[in-house]
Amino acid sequence: MFDSLTQRLDTAFEGLRKGGTVKEADVKAVMREVRMALLEADVALPIVKDFIKQVRQRALGEEVHKALKPSEQVVKIIHEEMVDMLGEAGRLSFSGSSAPHVIMMVGLQGAGKTTNTAKLALHLRSSGRKPMMLAADTYRPAAVDQLVTLAKQIGVPYYEEGTSDTPPNIVRRGLKQARDSKADIVLIDTAGRLQIDDTKMEELEEIKRISSPAEILLVADAMTGQEAVNIARGFNESLGISGLILTRVDGDARGGAALSMRAVTGVPIKYMGTGEKVSADTLELFHPDRIAQRILGMGDIMSLIEKTETLYEEEEALRLQSKIMKNEFTLQDFLDQLQKIRRMGPLGKVMGMIPGMSKLQTQAEINSDDMEKRVRKVEAIINSMTPHERRHPRILKASRKKRIAAGSGVEVSEVNELLRQFRQMSRLMNQISRGKMPKIPGLTA
Amino acid sequence: MGIFRRGLSKTRQSFFGRISQLLGNTEIDDDTWDDMETLLIQADVGFNTTVQVVDALQARVRAEGITRSDQLRDALKAELAALLSFPPALDISGRELSIILVVGVNGSGKTTSIAKLAHRLKNLSGRKVMIAAGDTFRAAAIEQLQTWGERIDVPVIANRPGSDPGAVVYDATMAAKARGYEILIIDTAGRLQNNYNLMRELTKISEVSGKVVPDAPHEVLLVLDGTTGQNAIEQAKSFQEASGVSGVIVTKLDSTAKGGMVFSIFHDLHLPVHYLGLGETIDDLVLFTPEFFVDSLFDDDDQEN
Repeated sequence: MFDSLTQRLDTAFEGLRKGGTVKEADVKAVMREVRMALLEADVALPIVKDFIKQVRQRALGEEVHKALKPSEQVVKIIHEEMVDMLGEAGRLSFSGSSAPHVIMMVGLQGAGKTTNTAKLALHLRSSGRKPMMLAADTYRPAAVDQLVTLAKQIGVPYYEEGTSDTPPNIVRRGLKQARDSKADIVLIDTAGRLQIDDTKMEELEEIKRISSPAEILLVADAMTGQEAVNIARGFNESLGISGLILTRVDGDARGGAALSMRAVTGVPIKYMGTGEKVSADTLELFHPDRIAQRILGMGDIMSLIEKTETLYEEEEALRLQSKIMKNEFTLQDFLDQLQKIRRMGPLGKVMGMIPGMSKLQTQAEINSDDMEKRVRKVEAIINSMTPHERRHPRILKASRKKRIAAGSGVEVSEVNELLRQFRQMSRLMNQISRGKMPKIPGLTA
Repeated sequence: MGIFRRGLSKTRQSFFGRISQLLGNTEIDDDTWDDMETLLIQADVGFNTTVQVVDALQARVRAEGITRSDQLRDALKAELAALLSFPPALDISGRELSIILVVGVNGSGKTTSIAKLAHRLKNLSGRKVMIAAGDTFRAAAIEQLQTWGERIDVPVIANRPGSDPGAVVYDATMAAKARGYEILIIDTAGRLQNNYNLMRELTKISEVSGKVVPDAPHEVLLVLDGTTGQNAIEQAKSFQEASGVSGVIVTKLDSTAKGGMVFSIFHDLHLPVHYLGLGETIDDLVLFTPEFFVDSLFDDDDQEN
């Protein structure tokens, strides 16, 4: 994987000491590193150039803070500039438009328009609005079916005519239907298209004329590369977009496209899509800070925390807590928790989201594959136990252990090791939950 | 030429437009190399590959005594072509039933590519092709495939939405075998490569086909969106690990995207690119050839399209 930006800059800053002044010569080498790092993160070149110019100006002559290494100082500047450039999270705005307010969803094929139309409809409804979904993608086979299925799933009204007419005509009648049924927001799902496809871009312009949208949202994949600039510029020049929805933010792309698109269009990023399911937690408000850290490879601790929070629903956390208090935490619970953490992604990647961990990993040469293997082994061992055994590990004597070892393809000693660790851990958790300071072997107060 | 050129003309113009502008300069200096490096990166070629190409070019310039930057053009072309190779034929012959598993992230163009591929194999190669609707997750993914199946007259084996994809694959494999089909193409739900459980599900789906037909799947094709940046490499690595990807289809190259990932895929991961998707119609899937790909990036004299 990529080295963290700080690590790279450390090398470039070798000559510079703490408390010195950042000089032209230092900056040149450093900016080259920054440029490469940003390009690796898929920030488009013209944007990288502008960005570097700004950072260079701020960095030059700046006194290096006593507490910071020069590299840290520059990273701080870069981070601040990037958060600034990414802009605030945008909100939907319906001012100057009368109900039913129209939101037009546009973008390339496969960007995630239909899914995000449904997510947005759900989001609007939960904030007390009366949305309606309008199926205007008559090109992709079964796109209308997809919209209808999702609309039914979330219980939001929809309008469709299959593929029997042109999208502008369908939109016209759909809007009438919206007025008649007193919907106050209409989400128009348009077909995916390339920004260089003149005929299809003209079709969008016509839909815009017909529907006078309050919002035109460009739905774009967070994995987009250098092309991001052309896409955003193309759609913006033809339609004048009002905001961006960044999709597949739950992937592991660095997301430089966010910066490119924001810079090229000047419109705010309004939402981020973070999952394929249409539910309340897979459409989030845009967090410039998180995306900036991600582009810079600085670890994404906020996302990690939030991911963890989503997984541990409150109820479940309470249930666990009481189990731990009563010393009833079982191997089954342990397995469940382990699998939840794993759902966040391969362990190596989960670790990489914690700032400092990527560096730690290189230092200690912790092989994430190795870790993955160890966890898999633990899973296999627990899976080879009967439900009763998982709840009452105390009954595990030699013959049972032998069977479990054979069932999971490990040595009996490995089963013993797992049981020992589990006992230690449950003791520890019990102490913590009772507010006692745990005694960790090898650590003195 | 035909469709390949038409689809790639945008790529060619913007890539070579800038390359020739750059190479029209006089003497080769540090700026020339810097510019070339950034140009390649801007074409989504990727950092490592770019550095390697530029290094190789510098060595060549010294060895061959190239002094003017416009002479660099042929050298660059040669270096880029050297990173690619002609993809082997798909391993879908010489047995009763061959199975192609198609994988990729959401929205990369799997379903459309499958329809195009099925159409190609049926019409150009005269093969008996069947499709398995293994994407039981995305709303209307099955209907999308069925619509295509009707259009190209290829049977689609499907189950209910939300059902176990492994079961669909099993049923389809049995059906293809029983009904004497030669090729079964399996669609799978899009999944992000960092979703561990979904990747594990993919491993399972792949194994299911192998239970009915020995050594299946015979080809595992990864569908990559041509507008994707450096994450394409991560995708290829993870899908290779989970499902043993044997080759790649790059889609949406009729856009202004440069397709530079193709170099990294070949060079860093040693994965052949078999086809390029150049549009929305059924015939817009073309066979990949390295010479043609590089030529198309450079051939600014060809204005016939």
